[in-house]
Amino acid sequence: MSTIHKSPWLLHYDGSSCNGCDIEVLACTTPVYDVERFGVINTGNPMHADIFLITGGINSQNAEVVKQIYNQMPQPKVVIAVGTCACTGGIFKECYNIKGGADTVIPVDIYVPGCAARPESIIDGVVKGVALFKEKAAALAAEQKAN
Amino acid sequence: MISSRVITAVCYLLFAPFIIGLLDGFDRKISARMQGRKGPSVLQPFYDLKKLFEKEFLTANKIQLLMIRSYLFFIMLSGVIFFAGFDILLVVFSLSTAAMFLILASTSTHSPYSAQGTHRELVQIMSCEPMELLVAVGFYLAMGTFNVNEIAQGQMSPITFLPGFFVGFVFILTIKFRKSPFDIATSHHAHQEVIKGVTSEMVGKEYGMVTLAEWYENAILLGIVGLFFINSNPVSIVAAIVAILVVWFLEILIDNTSARVKWQLMLKLAWGVTIVAAGMNLFLLEIIRG
Ligand code: SF4
Repeated sequence: MSTIHKSPWLLHYDGSSCNGCDIEVLACTTPVYDVERFGVINTGNPMHADIFLITGGINSQNAEVVKQIYNQMPQPKVVIAVGTCACTGGIFKECYNIKGGADTVIPVDIYVPGCAARPESIIDGVVKGVALFKEKAAALAAEQKAN
Repeated sequence: MISSRVITAVCYLLFAPFIIGLLDGFDRKISARMQGRKGPSVLQPFYDLKKLFEKEFLTANKIQLLMIRSYLFFIMLSGVIFFAGFDILLVVFSLSTAAMFLILASTSTHSPYSAQGTHRELVQIMSCEPMELLVAVGFYLAMGTFNVNEIAQGQMSPITFLPGFFVGFVFILTIKFRKSPFDIATSHHAHQEVIKGVTSEMVGKEYGMVTLAEWYENAILLGIVGLFFINSNPVSIVAAIVAILVVWFLEILIDNTSARVKWQLMLKLAWGVTIVAAGMNLFLLEIIRG
C-alpha cells in the first residue's frame, strides 16, 4: 500500500501580498491548528518539498523566483494557491507590475479563495492537495513502470 | 562467544533503523505534546523515509550520491565495529571518516546554502569531536582496555569511574542528535535556519540515505550511553536500557526548552563542559591510578 500521502512536506512562498494570508498559513502550524498531525512539515527547501503553497500574486520580479522554486521541486508535486491574490492577483490585480495569480507562471492544482483565507480553509486545501499528491504519485509510478 | 558477537552486529544492521525510527516517532509525538499539539503518528519517520525513496531523483552533481553512499557505509561499519565488540577508538575514527564524506557530499554542489551549512557542520564537529575522543580515552583509563567486549565484561560499570565523562557525553548528544542549536540543526522542527544545512542540496533518495545513516549513528551513540552502565552482571543490561531511555527523554526535554541556542554558544558550552566535566574526571582518575 502506498503511504506517500502521509508525508506531505510543504514549502511556503509569499508573493505580492499584504501578508494577511501569509500570517494565516503560519497560524496553521501553531498548536491551535497543528498541521503536523497530518505529517506536514513546513520545510524551507524546494528540493525536499512535495507541496508548493503560494500566497500573494505574481509581479515582474518574483515571476522567475516562483518558476525556479517550482522547477527545483522533484516529482510528484502539487501547487496550492492560497488567498485571492494567489488565485487571481486579488486587490493588486490592476497594479502596473502585477501579472495576476500564481497560474500565470506555473500550473496551479488547487485554489483556496478568501481574503484572507482562513486557517480552516487552508487546511482543507492542503488535505485536498494531499489527496491529489497521492494520485500524482500513483500516476508517476505507473508511468515509470511502463517505461 | 564469537558467534554471539556476530549476532549482535547483524541485529544492529537489521533492527537499528526500526528501533531508532520508532524512537524518533515517539520523539515527535512527545515534542508535540510538550508544545500543546497533537503531533503526527509514531510511524511518521517511516512514512517520511519511504516517501523520500519514492521521489524523483534530481541532482546537481552525480558525485554527491557516491559520497552519501560512502557516508552511510562508514556509519554502518562503525556500528558493526561497536556492536561486534571491537575497539572503541576505531569506532570514533570511523565515525569521523563518515562525517568527512558528508562534508564532501554537501560541498560537491557549490550551492551557497550548502556551503553555509557545511561551515556550521564543521563547527559542530569541532565542538563534539574532543568529547567523543575523550570518552574512548576515559573507557581505557577506567577499564584498562579499548575493547568494547572487554569493557562490557568488567567487574563494575564504567560509570562508577567516569561520571564526568558521562555528563560531557550526554551534553554533546544534544548536538549529535541534531536537536540544538537551531541554526545548525537539520531537525524536523520549524525552528531551522539556512534552509537545511548540509542536506540542502540532497534530493529524494539522497536525503533518505542521510536520514538512514543518522539513525544508524544514533544507535551507536545510544549504545555508548549503554556501555557506561554495563558490567559482567546480566541485570546491568536492564540498567543500560533504562539509562538510554532516560537520556533520550532528557534530550527531547532540552530540545524543547532551549530552542533558541545558537552555534556560538554551542561551541563555548560544549568545550566548557568537556574541559570541566571530562577534564576533572580525567584528573581524578589519574590521581586514583597514580
Ligand atoms: S488575499 Fe487578501 S489577505 Fe490574502 S494576501 Fe491578498 S490581500 Fe492579503
